[in-house]
Amino acid sequence: MSATDTVAHGHAREVDPYLLGRGGGHGSGQAVATGRGAGGPASKTVIVAYGFWLFLLSDIVLFSCLFAAHAVLQTAIGDGPAGHELFKPTNIAIETACLLLSSFTCGMSAVACGVRSQVWTQLTLLVTGLLGVAFLVLEANDFAELVQQGFGPQRSAFLSSFFAVVGCHGLHVSAGLLWLGTMMAQIFVKGFRADILRRMLCFNLFWHVLDIIWVALFTVVYLIGEGR
Amino acid sequence: MSDNLDTGDVAAGFAEPHAYTVWQDIQGYLLGLVLATLLTVASFYVVYTHLIWAPAIPIALVVLAVAQIGVHLVFFLHLTTAPDNTNNVLALAFGVLIVALIIGGSVWIMNNLNDRMMPTMNQMMHMQR
Repeated sequence: MSATDTVAHGHAREVDPYLLGRGGGHGSGQAVATGRGAGGPASKTVIVAYGFWLFLLSDIVLFSCLFAAHAVLQTAIGDGPAGHELFKPTNIAIETACLLLSSFTCGMSAVACGVRSQVWTQLTLLVTGLLGVAFLVLEANDFAELVQQGFGPQRSAFLSSFFAVVGCHGLHVSAGLLWLGTMMAQIFVKGFRADILRRMLCFNLFWHVLDIIWVALFTVVYLIGEGR
Repeated sequence: MSDNLDTGDVAAGFAEPHAYTVWQDIQGYLLGLVLATLLTVASFYVVYTHLIWAPAIPIALVVLAVAQIGVHLVFFLHLTTAPDNTNNVLALAFGVLIVALIIGGSVWIMNNLNDRMMPTMNQMMHMQR
């Protein structure tokens, strides 16, 4: 931290022609934007968030492969059932609501972290986790029902790709829930240390991206599949 | 170890410290939630009603989904045009390019191959009729 500050202040210029720094060198903002030439290196939080963002984008690329496979195989139902015979709109709507609300409460936990409120952080994270669990339980129920009816992933190419893409998202949510639990424990035990806050930031990004993938998923797999 | 953040600590995921009050922060998330809910409801509504001409529904759904993803990026992930976000936005643009190539390319090529496939017995009978 101190190293960053020295660099930033040591090279502070009077003029900031491109207004890269907030406040243009006056006021309480930094004189020069960090991570940009004379501004010195970017802060650790910016770098950590950027690195994690790159990972998330690669994860999105992974999902795009599964989506591409599903888009191609959506009509390859063989002697199995078509999508509109299987999907239950109410279930999908409830799952969507769970994830969207959990994304919101996750954002609230970031706000609570910002003001260093232990109670609110734990509470909002707990609600986020419970909504995530509700989502997973609903999805697992749907899967179990499909398999029981003999519509498992081995029935048709369509069902294989369906289980692959939806299951992969479900695995991500499960991993996110594990991470959420450890974040709650770390914030409780270690408090709002800078490194813990960075982890919390990454967790927030992860959870919001899961919701973004679900948006693509319920559109492509369920809603567009409904018309097939 | 203090709990101080670096002075330049602003990035995707966290709103700018000091720039907004807590209530303004929450308002941002609330606005995002409302917009996302509206778009989701619209998606479901379009599918299960006859509001839109049936063959146009998939396109309408894609448009709604892209809009909702945009809402999530802006209000939940705090992707902005601020200088500290330039790298994130550029990385996202590259990601979008790759995703478009993978999905668009796969669908294009596989449809083309499907068209060139020798028709099955069933389809030939259908054509003769």
